[in-house]
Amino acid sequence: MSDLLALAVQVAEQAQAGEQVEAYVIRGTELSVEVSGGEVEQLSSATSEGVGLRVVRDGRVGFAWSGSLDPTLVAETLLDARDNAAFSTPDEHAGLAGPDGVEAADLDLWRDDVAATPTVDKIALAAEVERRVLDDPRIRSLRSAEYQDGRTEVAVATSTGIAATRRGTSAYLSCFAMAGEGDGTTTGGGLSFGRSVADLDIERVVGDAVTRSTRMQGAVKPSSATVTVVLDPSVAASVLALVASLCNGEAVHKGRSLFGGRLGEQVGHPMLTLVEDPTNPASSGAAAFDAEGLATRPTPLIEGGVLRSHLYDTRWGRAAGRPSTASATRSFKGTPGISARAVAPSPGTLTHEEVLAAVGEGLYVQSVAGLHSGVDRISGDFSVGCEGLMIRNGALAEPVKECTIASTLLRMLSGIVHVGADLEWATGSCARLTLAIDDLSLGGT
Amino acid sequence: MIEEQVLARVLGAALRGGGEFAEVFAEDRRSSSARLEDAKVEELTSGRQRGAGVRVVAGRTTGYAHTADVSEAGLLAAAEVASAAARGGGVATRVVDLDRRRPVGAQAVGVPPEEVPKARRVELLLAADEAARRGRSPINQVSTSTADGRRRTLIANSDGLLVEDDVTRTRFGIQCVARGDTGLQTGHRSVGASMGFELFDRWDVEQLAAEAAESAITKLAARPAPSGVMPVVLAAGGGGVLFHEACGHGLEADLVEKDTSVFRGRVGTKVASSLVTLIDDATVTGEWGTFAVDDEGAPAQRTVLIEDGVLSDYMWDLVRARRAGRPSTGNGRRETYQHLPMVRMTNTFLAPNPGTTLEDLIGEVDHGVFCATLGGGQVNTATGDFVFGMTEAYLIEGGRITAPLRAANLIGNGPQALLDIEGLADDFDMGWPGTCGKDGQGVPVGMGIPSLRIGGLTVGGTAR
Repeated sequence: MSDLLALAVQVAEQAQAGEQVEAYVIRGTELSVEVSGGEVEQLSSATSEGVGLRVVRDGRVGFAWSGSLDPTLVAETLLDARDNAAFSTPDEHAGLAGPDGVEAADLDLWRDDVAATPTVDKIALAAEVERRVLDDPRIRSLRSAEYQDGRTEVAVATSTGIAATRRGTSAYLSCFAMAGEGDGTTTGGGLSFGRSVADLDIERVVGDAVTRSTRMQGAVKPSSATVTVVLDPSVAASVLALVASLCNGEAVHKGRSLFGGRLGEQVGHPMLTLVEDPTNPASSGAAAFDAEGLATRPTPLIEGGVLRSHLYDTRWGRAAGRPSTASATRSFKGTPGISARAVAPSPGTLTHEEVLAAVGEGLYVQSVAGLHSGVDRISGDFSVGCEGLMIRNGALAEPVKECTIASTLLRMLSGIVHVGADLEWATGSCARLTLAIDDLSLGGT
Repeated sequence: MIEEQVLARVLGAALRGGGEFAEVFAEDRRSSSARLEDAKVEELTSGRQRGAGVRVVAGRTTGYAHTADVSEAGLLAAAEVASAAARGGGVATRVVDLDRRRPVGAQAVGVPPEEVPKARRVELLLAADEAARRGRSPINQVSTSTADGRRRTLIANSDGLLVEDDVTRTRFGIQCVARGDTGLQTGHRSVGASMGFELFDRWDVEQLAAEAAESAITKLAARPAPSGVMPVVLAAGGGGVLFHEACGHGLEADLVEKDTSVFRGRVGTKVASSLVTLIDDATVTGEWGTFAVDDEGAPAQRTVLIEDGVLSDYMWDLVRARRAGRPSTGNGRRETYQHLPMVRMTNTFLAPNPGTTLEDLIGEVDHGVFCATLGGGQVNTATGDFVFGMTEAYLIEGGRITAPLRAANLIGNGPQALLDIEGLADDFDMGWPGTCGKDGQGVPVGMGIPSLRIGGLTVGGTAR
């Protein structure tokens, strides 16, 4: 047993009669390096740890956390959580997870090279990104060139029989480039993510930042029109992640999602299938256990455009009369929430270029802004700022900026006209692929 | 928090590998919160965090390491890691003499939250919940919350500085959902201050609850927002976030130094309508972004950023200021001891303009939007382009407010918006307590404006 799990179990065992106790313990080591002018500008390195304790008695929930695993503080935190429980309102659905018989996937998300690679080699990666981006004469400067990695271990134990632990590594290489001068400044970023330092793709980071910043040069505000849009894979992933968030069982229960009461209904084009599956080791959100210690499992959210399932943790599953889908997520500073970790859309058959060619005329959306403030999860009203390039004769044409695209989420989901074959995993809770959607309002001049 | 001799030894160790500046930042933080949903106490939470970070600067390189272990051994280990990260040439041994300073303007807390019984928190929330529903049948969901925290910090550095600060903050928020024929609409209110539970002597939670409920009910009759470029009147307080995000960030010296600010090289030039005076001020008693010393030990300060439309100064932290050979403006802040400090705003606001009223601003608009509150947004500081959601907005027709509008985004460019300010009013409000995010770190900030009118912003509605 890892020392972290031993600590979690030891705390959970202190449950008194008539009481349930859950300990969520985390320890992480992070390194972050920012390079400028070929030299380290900032290097930050540290190990951090924390514990979140939940106590349930007579349907009353109390919570307390500590940013230290010091035994005295952990003991005080348990007393705090117990005391807090006394003030909450009894809730018939309150309670901790218990073993549900689902076997955990055997995921190996740990790569030794994250710890073993010398820091100088990690610094060199960021320095190389900076140098190669600046090699392009069209690039004025970089806002950042960064390398980051982390090693995280999590343990959850409850007095109801849960004892789970998982660990994983991650590494990121990113930069943000600027092209042009003054009012003509345009920006673009590049990012590569992997479990291992060896997974990082310098070519990709450099290429994306340069292409994305330079192709926006000379962008103007477009004329207002009704258009077919092709979403860049990164934008499609953000929009589909938002769609998956509408499946949140708590939001559904509280009447805060337009997917409430729609199970079994057609909510999108038959081409649309979304499956939440954290057992897929290729996904960045892969995890064998959720934040309550239940084994993760695949959950179809939308199949052939039909809404199939909502997502639950233990408490909101009970409220809905359903088992948890092992979708609890959290930091040690709070009680669990519900979130998808690894949503995979079913890819189509067309390549990125073939989607553009098939659409013929429209707007290619390179990036959106205000996705969270601009979407109403209850009414589905959708309005975001965007920049991108017009599509003419089936290919990318002149760049446009300072415009909006607007519609409603349900209209967009049923208006899907092409799904790309170019599925890939990057950061975020949804895989990326090219997505074409009909009939959006483009707001410009 | 940590003994003076220990600090001196840790600073000495931090400089052993070379480097011209070292600093220890220690923090002890306690927080608690309570949340009520539909008249039920969902949860009470309490938390604590304690730790320290050691920073070493050598030339242009900064090394940082932090630890939850604030014993001398823990601090020395962090000092060694930070020092290795910032290995410079030069000096071998330096003795640091610490000079303990008393912060000016240290906070006086009226009712310390740690002395407030948990039952009192629950009572406040229940009273607000009840007030929101009283006599208002469309209100079908209410959630209220209160949160408070006390943060004690200690900063010691190789310049000999030793200073401590102790800040308590308390906040309250309410969200109401109203159901009508047109669906569901929400209304919000939020207040927060650098004070204890005397916050609730200043604000009546039942009054705030009634306002949030009325806002939700009013929005049931909302129509789709228009789309296109039009004059926008922002209400006092409610639109402060726009200037914080779209202008304030561009005035942070770290972004300027990195050539990612549209305001680079513009000091002494006209960057805004001559009606505009923009100030960052951490010394305003009780405001959300107020403190006595920043997270690098510099005294809180009032800095005029733009005066009568002319850019007068940027905001500075210690490291950038040293490089530029000038003093810090007390804007070096960090979220916790686990973070490096950087240039951050405190309370940032536009000064009011005597002689003009909100009615004047609205009266001159034939077709436009009155925005009472802005929600979340996003800004590209390199270009100044912004997007903000309007969470409470109304149509202006023929110089009068006519109909409530459904949520929509406002799109524009920060520097252009500053130039396009056509009028400011004599009213002023600091608006809601905010958490400013930058490079993954959140810090509490105040954001204020008087009512003002911008000649043209793009409203991204769906009305065709």
